[in-house]
Formats: sequence, C-alpha cells, structure tokens
Amino acid sequence: MANDTDQAEPTRRDFLYIATGAMGVVGAGALVWPFIDQMNPDASALALASIEVDISAVEEGQSITVKWRGKPVFIRNRTEAEVEDSKTVPISDLPDQLARNANLPADADASDVHRGVEGKENWLIQVGICTHLGCVPLGDAGDYNGWFCPCHGSHYDTAGRIRKGPAPENLLIPPLEFVSDSMVKIG
Amino acid sequence: MAGHSQYVPQSAAAKWLESRLPVISLVRGSFVDFPTPKNLNYWWAFGGILFFVLIAQLITGIVLAMHYTPHTTLAFDSVEHIMRDVNFGWMLRYLHANGASMFFIAVYIHIFRGLYYGSYKAPREISWILGVIIFLIMMGTGFMGYVLPWGQMSFWGATVITNLFSAIPLVGEQIVIWLWGGFSVDNPTLNRFFSLHYLLPFMIVGVVILHVWAFHTTGNNNPTGVQPKTKQDTIPFHPYYTIKDLFAIVVFMIFFAWFAFYVPNFMGHPDNYIEANPLVTPAHIVPEWYYLPFYAILRAVPDKLGGVVAMFGAIAILFVLPWLDTSKVRSGSYRPLFKQFFWIFAANAVVLGYLGAMPAEGVYVILSRICTVYYFAHFLIILPMLGFLEKPLPLPASISEAVLKGGSAKPAGATSAPDTK
Repeated sequence: MANDTDQAEPTRRDFLYIATGAMGVVGAGALVWPFIDQMNPDASALALASIEVDISAVEEGQSITVKWRGKPVFIRNRTEAEVEDSKTVPISDLPDQLARNANLPADADASDVHRGVEGKENWLIQVGICTHLGCVPLGDAGDYNGWFCPCHGSHYDTAGRIRKGPAPENLLIPPLEFVSDSMVKIG
Repeated sequence: MAGHSQYVPQSAAAKWLESRLPVISLVRGSFVDFPTPKNLNYWWAFGGILFFVLIAQLITGIVLAMHYTPHTTLAFDSVEHIMRDVNFGWMLRYLHANGASMFFIAVYIHIFRGLYYGSYKAPREISWILGVIIFLIMMGTGFMGYVLPWGQMSFWGATVITNLFSAIPLVGEQIVIWLWGGFSVDNPTLNRFFSLHYLLPFMIVGVVILHVWAFHTTGNNNPTGVQPKTKQDTIPFHPYYTIKDLFAIVVFMIFFAWFAFYVPNFMGHPDNYIEANPLVTPAHIVPEWYYLPFYAILRAVPDKLGGVVAMFGAIAILFVLPWLDTSKVRSGSYRPLFKQFFWIFAANAVVLGYLGAMPAEGVYVILSRICTVYYFAHFLIILPMLGFLEKPLPLPASISEAVLKGGSAKPAGATSAPDTK
C-alpha cells in the first residue's frame, strides 16, 4: 500500500495539503511580525534624531559631553599636540583601520584627517560609547592620553581610535555638520 | 508518576473526581507514594529548597509589583517608596532581592551535587538538560530584575549585557536596537524588562514540572549511583523525604532570614542606590555575584565576539555534558581520580568568580585566562579521558548493601527501617 502511494502521481488532495500548509505558514508569519516589530524603536524615539550644540565656550584642550539619542557625545577641542600625536601613528599600527565616520565612505581609513572634523581638525566629535560593550569611556585617560573605558580596559588615543583592549572598533563619529562656526548639528 | 500510586479512592466524591481527572493519584504517585532511594543525603534537599525559594520569589515579586512603577522617571523613586512608605515594603524588597541570591546559592549547590554524583548520566540526560534550561531562564530573570530599580548598576549592567548581542556578526547592531526599543537603554527597555521579569518565573515553574517529571520517570539518582533493585532500596517520599526536605528548608530559611534582616545589602552593590545616569559609567562595573564566573570568562578573551562565545559556551557545554563524561560509573564516590578533579573544578569556578569581581587588568587577566582554559579543559579533555584512564572502586551490589555496610558513600540521615514497608 505504502509503495503504491509513493509511486502514484501527486493527487489533487496532496496539492491542497501543501497549498493549505504554505498559506498557514505565511499567515502565521504575518501575524507574528507585529509582535516582533513592536519592540523596535517607536516613532517618538525616532523623532529625537538630531540636536544642535553651541560650542563657542569650549576652549582648546576642553571637552563637553552632550546627549544625543540617549547616548553621550564627546565634543573635544583638541590641542595641537594631540592632533600631531595622532598624525604620527602609522595606520598599520591601528587595530581598527577604518575611520568609522558616518560622514565619510565606509572604507575611509582611520588617519587623523578622517577622524577630526573636515577643515576644523582640532574638533573631535564622537559618540561616547565604548565599542566593546557600551560603557562611557573616561576622558584624558588611558595609555594613549585619549579615552579609557573602565569596564573592560579599552584604551583609545587622542583621535578616539582603539589602541589596546577588547573593543573592536574606533569610537563612532556621528553624522554632523557645522551650521556656523560656533554651532554644530549632530544627527 | 501516577503509576506509583497505591491510591484507591474511598469516598464517593473522590471516586467521582478520580474517574474524571485522576489528579489525586497523580499527586500521591509523585509526592506521597513515590519510591525514593533510601540513602539520599542532605545534598538532595536542595531540590526542595529551590522549590521553596521559587515560590517565595513569586509571592514577594507579585506583591512588589503592586507598588513599583516601571518608568525611568519614577522607577528609582518607587523603589525608595517601597522601602520607606509601603507597609513592610522594606521587608518584602529585601526578601526578594536576597531571595535571588539564595536562589543562585541553592541552584549552584544543586548543580554541583549533580556533577559530583553523575546525576546527568543516562538515563537522566533530559532531566539534566531541562535543569540547564531552568538555570538559563533564572539568569535572564535575575538580570532583568536587577535592572528594575533603575540605579547606576541597573542601567550599566543592562547596557553591557544587552551589548553582548552586538558581537553577533552582521545583524548584531539591529538586534541590540530591537532589544532596547531605541538607541540606548531607556524607558522602552525598562518597560519590556518589567514585563518579561514577571513572565519568566512562571516559565521556570513550567520547566520545573518537566524537570521533576523526567527524573520521576527514571527514578532519583542517589549517592551510590546504583539503581534501586528491590523494594528494600526505596522508601515512600512521604513522610520520609517530605519531613527531611522540610527540615532542610527551615534551616535554609534561617540562613536566608539572616541575610534579609541583618545584612540585607551585603550581596548588593552601593552604586545601585545612585539613580541611573546615561552619561556617567561607574568606575567599576560588576554584575551580581552569581554571574561573576561567567563574566570572568567573558573578559578573559581579548576579542569581543570570542569573549561572548566563550561566555555562552561555558553554559552551553553543560547541555552536552552527559555525552562528554565517558565513565560508566555515576557516583563520584567510587571514582578516585574524578573526585579530585571535581574539587579542582569547583575551586576553579570559585576563583573565576573572584576574578570576575576584580578589575580587568594585570595579573587578573592572566589568571582569568588560565582558569577559563581549565574550565573548558575539564569538560573537553579531563572528563572524556578519565572514563578510560580511571579504575573505579567496586560498586555496592545494591543501595541496601551500601547503607548497611556504611560504604564509601556515607548516607547522612537515611536511617529509616527498610523492611517495614
């Protein structure tokens, strides 16, 4: 009996079984999706996409931290020594050789000019979230005089590039734009 | 389970119910007449203790939820409101917070008891695997519960742990944003953690039922590891083990109460009495003590994805433990070499816990690496090889023989007369 049905042509009933089952799977998927998607960022979270910051009071060698999308953003007016220090590092010494700059193509290298703001290289504006597990690194700290993450010991240099420790990537540079000389728009 | 019941309904009402839903014989077969090895020592009481702690957590948790507000602007204050204003709120919260630690103390002892006496071996693999699943759900529940007070450790613990998923190649970032419901840990995260923290304990109850069902089908393991052979090897669960477990639970309650009433914050972290601040990470983030060994493994690997894989692997390896241990002998009492490695492994786990609490620098990193390698070597090299290299001691012919001769597996307390059944 089993042999007979194995070799028989698919019947109208076989087709109906498969078509019904396939429809059921599609329907279940369509029903499940809203329950998954409700956990994604909602409209109010997406609405907080950009901020404008007045940086006229930030002197050379000073930093401020602002909040963007619930995350800290470090805005640092770097000293000349810091910029020079960063420029002398060969790219091949860097664990992450990509700029991680949202304003540049994804394959831009991590040289200092790709990290600082274009034309205003003393300004370094980056998301203050360690790329390891999301802690906020401490400024003016670490073996490379940049940032140090106390959670798991990642060291970033004066251009916010990862130099030592478990973090896989350089600190992220958010999309930004100078609206005027003293006003920067982040996001 | 019901098959062990000698129950015959007597009253008309019992007969009526039994013929429609045999729940009386199910309960009697599982927890009254159930034939239990007569030599179980007090290490076996931790199953009952865990059942007690689970119920205690459910009750204290449900009433705490009546006073807590899951919103970033109100959560921290509502916890202080529980501590100061709510009648007995301080006690309920301290019982619940310390109850989590008690749960893990008991579960770690329970797991190590299983490891020592080979409770994971055939035919109890399913019960063991279900136990590992319970352990995983417990870790998730504990983690989300710790986030609810919305202190600094809550916030940064949540940030670090959810970021573990960002190590997943390609979709990691998307998964983390989905988990958060935003671009950082924020109100949507707190809301969903509260919802899930309320749900997961009931899932634990469900898996616990399966866990018990599984080892009631195979029968309990026992300190000799020898299966019961005759009726002389077992005694009914009630009253022998109900009373023994109850005694152990009362002793455990004293231990629990001492923490809850005398040192309620001993196992907590002072930074969690500072309200969450997304712009400042505490100088030294540590998870709750019960995650420390796994946290040490995470930090031991100098690579993000590698660390996450090692940490989850440290738990996942328990799922395949029944097939890694090649020895035919269950109980560590009859395995002279295994016994020594067991204690080295236990000490290694404690050292990992210590290292997890230390800063991730210098000698601590090196020690973490050595201990991590040893942790995996125990399962992947030592246990498979011991089965071939070790010459086990002769096993007793039966549980009764071991009990009467006072064999190397000393029964602590199983002294009931075997013949009067």
